[in-house]
Amino acid sequence: MNIGESTRFAVQGVTSNKMRSALTTLGILIGVAAVIILVAVGTGSSKAVADSISRLGSNTLTVSSSSTTGGGRGGPRQPAVGGAGATASPNSGTKTRANQLTMADAQALTDKAAAPDVLGVAPVVSASSVTATYSGASHSVGTFTGSTSTYLLIDNDTVATGSPFTDTDYSEHRRVALLGVTVAKDLAGGDGTSIVGKTVAFNGKQFTVLGILTAKGSTGPQDQDDRVVAPATAVQDTLAGYGSLSSISVKAASSSTTSAAQSEVEAILDGRHHVTAADRDYSVFNSAALLSAATSSNATFTVLLGAVAAISLLVGGIGVMNIMLVTVTERTREIGIRKAIGAGKGDIVSQFLLEAVMLSLFGGIVGVVAGLIGSRFTIVGVQPVVAPYSVVLAFGVAIAVGLFFGLYPANRAATLRPIDALRHE
Amino acid sequence: MSAAAAPRPVIELTGVTKTYGTGDTVVHAVAGVDLVVERGDYVAVMGASGSGKSTLMNIIGCLDAPTRGRYRLDGVDVRRRAEATLSRIRNRKIGFIFQNFNLIPRTSALRNVELPLAYAGIGAADRRERALEALARVGLTDRAGHLPSQLSGGQQQRVAVARAIVTNPVLLLADEPTGALDSHSTEDVLALFDQLSLAGRTLVVITHEADVARRAKRIVRMRDGLILSDERVAPLAGEPVGPRAQAELAS
Ligand SMILES: Nc1ncnc2c1ncn2[C@@H]1O[C@H](COP(=O)(O)OP(=O)(O)O)[C@@H](O)[C@H]1O
Ligand SMILES: [Mg+2]
Repeated sequence: MNIGESTRFAVQGVTSNKMRSALTTLGILIGVAAVIILVAVGTGSSKAVADSISRLGSNTLTVSSSSTTGGGRGGPRQPAVGGAGATASPNSGTKTRANQLTMADAQALTDKAAAPDVLGVAPVVSASSVTATYSGASHSVGTFTGSTSTYLLIDNDTVATGSPFTDTDYSEHRRVALLGVTVAKDLAGGDGTSIVGKTVAFNGKQFTVLGILTAKGSTGPQDQDDRVVAPATAVQDTLAGYGSLSSISVKAASSSTTSAAQSEVEAILDGRHHVTAADRDYSVFNSAALLSAATSSNATFTVLLGAVAAISLLVGGIGVMNIMLVTVTERTREIGIRKAIGAGKGDIVSQFLLEAVMLSLFGGIVGVVAGLIGSRFTIVGVQPVVAPYSVVLAFGVAIAVGLFFGLYPANRAATLRPIDALRHE
Repeated sequence: MSAAAAPRPVIELTGVTKTYGTGDTVVHAVAGVDLVVERGDYVAVMGASGSGKSTLMNIIGCLDAPTRGRYRLDGVDVRRRAEATLSRIRNRKIGFIFQNFNLIPRTSALRNVELPLAYAGIGAADRRERALEALARVGLTDRAGHLPSQLSGGQQQRVAVARAIVTNPVLLLADEPTGALDSHSTEDVLALFDQLSLAGRTLVVITHEADVARRAKRIVRMRDGLILSDERVAPLAGEPVGPRAQAELAS
């Protein structure tokens, strides 16, 4: 007998008890959908973390002084590790003894011989509590950064409208500024582009707007476009004073040399500040190291979610086996009749195996659809990202589960002696 | 082929026994039976309940193996055959008719009749044509699409007869075919058997009803697993009793 004929018998078997087939299918459906959605949640949360870290630049290092208290507003999106410096109380004597980061420190890091893996260095000064005013509108600037043109490179910044400031702007102490989208919109209204070329007052100091920075979006509560970037020289002249730097941004030649660059930066600064690893008065934040740590912990999380989901798929498979055993028992007499009129062992096996696979196949298909639909919604604050492998895996396992758990009942049906099967009441 | 020159018997049972259980509880369901059924014969096997009729039919139908003895079906020794071979033999050589019809539920009459052909690997179009032909022979062409649950007992049994004859088997084997039918349906089925016998089919009908047995050409009586008597009531080559009796009744 051909496979088409067996398929028809199997379809008949599945459809003869629709409610039961639907419930059995539901078990597989839930398992498959759970695998897809939970792996997507895991992948989505990995991606969210990786994205926010890589937005810092995957091969950037941020050197910040342990004793500077930025007041939360200073520095280029001061990384959380800044809290490590909390051991030195801002008001204690250690503050005065601690060396601040200086322009000279930043200059030292550009030494190609001592730091061959460093590609670029940007000193960062920041001004806090800056209010911008422009033709009647005013805006409290989230982050006001003074740096060099290299900073834009290190921070992966581009200018959407207008042009960036240049090294000449820096050396000439020109009062020019680049605005974040939020600041520009708030001051000028509309899309904010009308402000380019105009003069804006920051705490009363006049700056000409050179351009508007490309939007970065927000990570969590922090709006990354609520900022102003200007040449450090002009910022020191007007808003920040000539004290210490709030941080130094360093770009490594590539992400693979970030760790080497970190060692070089530490060696240079340790020498200049006369400290050792034990009593450092500054800290270096390495985004690549954080990324790999976060990625590996997220991978574990994804595997755990996947494992939980896989168990539900297994339970669904046991449901298929259970129902197939019931079906075989219920239809023992039918099996006897079929054998009496000439059905071979293979005919019976293929009929019941196909029936089991059909249940799991249908559950698998609907489960994939449900999983893909479910993954479109934000789940516990995470936008799931469907991993193609999880779809293939879940679907494949669903079919395999049908085959595996259908085999025993099908075989049991096929090995029934016709005489015993016919006597069955 | 050589059937005309030396017709080989359809059934040849030699010293066949079937015992169930062991030791004190042993039951000799068939205690040693020799039986030869020639092609074209119409044999009724009679006996009280428990006399071993069904056990004998299961052996003849290759559904069960004898404990001892030899059995040749259509000249082929069927002892110790693999299950796959036996299912092929049942498919090609035997048509079963059971007391409780044994149609596949939720499956139309036509599909039920097609089933043996499907297991024989015959293509869909050919299968359908032959199944419709068989249904026509039992007078149920108009019921082809009906499910067993939509048919009367007599109609179901006629569908079962159609299913039994659709493969052109050498032997039709019926176990109490009228046991679950009223007298009217019984007459329908027996008339069908008469026709099939007239057409040259070989029939073995197991029954405990004398009225049913009387229609056959030969009556074998069993008791306690043994053949008690073997009586020919009509010539092998002649017509079965049924039509003749009816003709006499009519004249
Ligand atoms: N599977 C079995 N196990 C044990 N004893 C059986 C079995 N089948 C039939 N028998 C016994 O064999 C004898 C003959 O049974 P059976 O062939 O069904 O008789 P009949 O069909 O003539 O009524 C009975 O005594 C019955 O109890
Ligand atoms: Mg019986």
